[in-house]
Amino acid sequence: MNRTETKKHHTARSTEADYSKAERSVRTRRTAAGAVTYFFLALWALIVLFPFYWMILTSVKSYGAYNSEYIPKFFTLSPTLQNYIDAFTAVPLGRYFVNTILFTVLTTAAMMVVITLAAFAFARLDFKGRNAAFLLFLSLMMIPNELVIITNFVTITNLGMRNTFQGLILPSITSVFYIYLLKENFEQVPDSLYRAAKVDGTSDMKYLLKVLVPISKPTLITVTILKVIECWNSYVWPRLITDDEAYYLVSNGIQEIRENGFGRENIPAMMAAVVVISLPLILLFLIFHKKIMAGVSRGGIKG
Amino acid sequence: MKVVLRNLTKKFPSRDKKNKADVVAVNNFDFEIPDGKLIGLLGPSGCGKSTTLNLISGLEKPTEGRVFFGEDDVTNLPPEHRGIGLVFQNYALYPHLTVRQNILFPLENLKGKDKLSREEMLEKAMEAAKLVQIHELMERKPRELSGGQQQRVAIARALVKRPRVLLLDEPLSNLDARLRLQTREEIKRIQKETGITTIFVTHDQEEAMSISDMIVVMREGMVQQIGRPQEVYDNPANLFVAKFLGTPPVNVFEARVEQGQLILGEETVLEVKGPADGPVYAGVRPEGFLLRRDGAFCCALSGVEVMGRDISVVASSKASLSPAIRAIIGSENLAEIPADAGQVRFALKPDKVFLFDRETEERIAFDVSARSGL
Amino acid sequence: MTRFNRLKGWLYLLPAILFLGFFMVYPLIDVFVYSFEEGYNSASQTYFGTGTYNYSYVLHDPYFLQALKNTFLLVIITVPLSTGIALLISVGLNSIKPLKNLLQTVYFLPYVTNTLAVGLVFMILFKKTAYSDGLVNLLIQWFGGDSVDFIDGPYWAKLFVLCFYTIWVVMPFKILILTGALASVNPDYYKAARVDGTSKFRTFMRITLPMISPMIFYLVITGFIGAFKAYSDAVALFGTDLNAAGMNTIVGYVYDMLYGDSGGYPSYASAAAIILFAIVLTITCINLLISKKNVHY
Repeated sequence: MNRTETKKHHTARSTEADYSKAERSVRTRRTAAGAVTYFFLALWALIVLFPFYWMILTSVKSYGAYNSEYIPKFFTLSPTLQNYIDAFTAVPLGRYFVNTILFTVLTTAAMMVVITLAAFAFARLDFKGRNAAFLLFLSLMMIPNELVIITNFVTITNLGMRNTFQGLILPSITSVFYIYLLKENFEQVPDSLYRAAKVDGTSDMKYLLKVLVPISKPTLITVTILKVIECWNSYVWPRLITDDEAYYLVSNGIQEIRENGFGRENIPAMMAAVVVISLPLILLFLIFHKKIMAGVSRGGIKG
Repeated sequence: MKVVLRNLTKKFPSRDKKNKADVVAVNNFDFEIPDGKLIGLLGPSGCGKSTTLNLISGLEKPTEGRVFFGEDDVTNLPPEHRGIGLVFQNYALYPHLTVRQNILFPLENLKGKDKLSREEMLEKAMEAAKLVQIHELMERKPRELSGGQQQRVAIARALVKRPRVLLLDEPLSNLDARLRLQTREEIKRIQKETGITTIFVTHDQEEAMSISDMIVVMREGMVQQIGRPQEVYDNPANLFVAKFLGTPPVNVFEARVEQGQLILGEETVLEVKGPADGPVYAGVRPEGFLLRRDGAFCCALSGVEVMGRDISVVASSKASLSPAIRAIIGSENLAEIPADAGQVRFALKPDKVFLFDRETEERIAFDVSARSGL
Repeated sequence: MTRFNRLKGWLYLLPAILFLGFFMVYPLIDVFVYSFEEGYNSASQTYFGTGTYNYSYVLHDPYFLQALKNTFLLVIITVPLSTGIALLISVGLNSIKPLKNLLQTVYFLPYVTNTLAVGLVFMILFKKTAYSDGLVNLLIQWFGGDSVDFIDGPYWAKLFVLCFYTIWVVMPFKILILTGALASVNPDYYKAARVDGTSKFRTFMRITLPMISPMIFYLVITGFIGAFKAYSDAVALFGTDLNAAGMNTIVGYVYDMLYGDSGGYPSYASAAAIILFAIVLTITCINLLISKKNVHY
């Protein structure tokens, strides 16, 4: 121990110059590290943002201009909105849009009702078999969609509900995970509030609607937003269950446009459609990004 | 290694949106901490004591002023080059490493000519562990240890590199009352054995008084008083220091000085030579009251609390700032209190009475040579 | 009254139970039944017999084997890469102050975009047509390479685009989780390490990594599960006829069997889905075993 001690004292007594050197080298290294960090962070930001830039850029290039660019240009001096007009007239993008909005609103609304009731039952009501039922629910969380979608497809087909909104909506109305999330949230509301309501003769339903729902509003909003994102982007189930264009959602619509719309090569019009489809969610994200990110980090998984 | 703070100031940008003025956490500190002593930085929370510790460790840079270790100006030196050991309030033991790995951690960082062989490292770690008496727990993980044991591991980790200065942030606040007594003796012992200048931060005056060689009393970023614990207790520089040190706390009265006499309420209780006539605050330590049937100070008796060796007489007086006056009296004096008493009379020990200015709350000196009242 | 109260809980649960029973529990049982029914005809709902023929058919189907290979390559490439890059980015993000929130928001953007729609953009960036070599090929040529058609060209090129796009899509979630994990490490540990003169690299390896290892394993496990289910990314890049492009995935194979060009073989689809589920389950169990050994708390 003594050896290091003397060494330490030696360093301690060395000159001012030594100290400022150590100080300077630390500072230089920190600046260099900072520069490298920013470079790579900016690079990833570029990779993330570039496709968005490119799709907007391409969407305002005219068909002729785009196809004459053997070497693609990074900007355009004569932007046009013609592609957006084409996107709504040449292909039924408007209908895809309306379908998707309808699908998203109905599914989300129905789901919120179902899961709020279920979460309330698990969180607050006392009944026989509650814990067993909850365990059963939890175990359902592990079942992948891919496994059950086959039978659902057959079921919906047999019920004659292909190419209907019922067929699109019904299988996505419940989410075990969101029931779980909401139940946890409801349980954080103190017992005493429930007891006080009971003493005042408030019915369970009234307590749920007048007390629990307003208190849990932040979580309910988060769940709603996450479900809206999920609905807006859903592709697999709508693809299976609809083959009539009248019921296509935007994801299927964009695939249809790619394969049969505009003629394969009208890329600018295709990009205009892509911009239109992406815009609602991006706007939603810009408004609610804090809520969405907090909600996702609490357990949202894409897909 | 002595530690010298010269005109040290640390300002933080205000987080309050309405009040943009900088928060001065440490205001112009200028004092020396002598080599090889145990020093307590004492004050209520928010007084800047943790910031002071961070400035000494180098984790924060001062806005103005300088820090010296011995003759070396270390103000701009990053913490790793200062040769300090730091023990955190929550110990900050790495939860995934064993006790041995935790203690070895700082040694494994040594590079170049300071680099040690594995055997040397293990030997040093064992030495440090023995010093704090945890050498039998070397293979445990921190979560398998009690709070007191974790504390010792943290100290061992801080000491293993033989730092020039050891810094402890609220070392006892996470321990229960019984362990606290034991651990503070332990810290004292370790400090004596190693002889390393040790600075610790606490808000508990009893803790600071009991083990420090020197205490620095702070309030709102300002040093109030520096000195040996007993000295500060016996001679508080101002009303704040007098109130902050001592349990039960000092009794404070609104009083007057008239022609060399101290007047509490209506009664002339003590001869005080020196101060000019006028209103003052008078502070009387609980042990400054003497039960006397003919005592000059009369108050209404509220109760008597027997505490074993001592008794605590609780009384009240219109002049007192707090509703209850507490006097600590040897239990042999219990008989002095009349059974039917609605009131009780005290004489005051002049050296336990302090006078403070009403405006500045600074101490006003008076001559205690006169043995009045006794 | 008491009897009603006892029933009331179930009443509140009823809608959820109905939906889950009908669209999750029943299908779960049924899929196993389907997978053992040989020669099932979805029009007449009849079958010849029971047995394991469906499994054997699927396992000998070259399209399935191609899908299996694609999926495995995708998993092996994208899971470690995306987790590693996300970790680097998160560490970088955590070490800066200015622009941190802005970058965090930007990085999350791909999460809320439509996979199919943005996939189209990737397609035109990578595609080589008669009119243009596409932007990526332009860059390659700038650096002196030969242009490649990433969408209709050689297998490795297609796999590269698929992996690249998959990583682009999964990154937001990983960055979000890892920045959260990094931010939740008590700063006192770093202060302690700094006072002890620990180098940045050693602090990262010996303190940061062990402290966030539970979250890393969580991401690896969910990453494996997610990548095994890859489908829409591939559709977005290569179109719905993935078999023709040679870029099908296991999930894509299931859906193609169910509906689409091959015209409805729920039995084969079920067998393939169960094989997928078995693979995912096995790998998840292995992951959990490894993480039990290596995660410190």
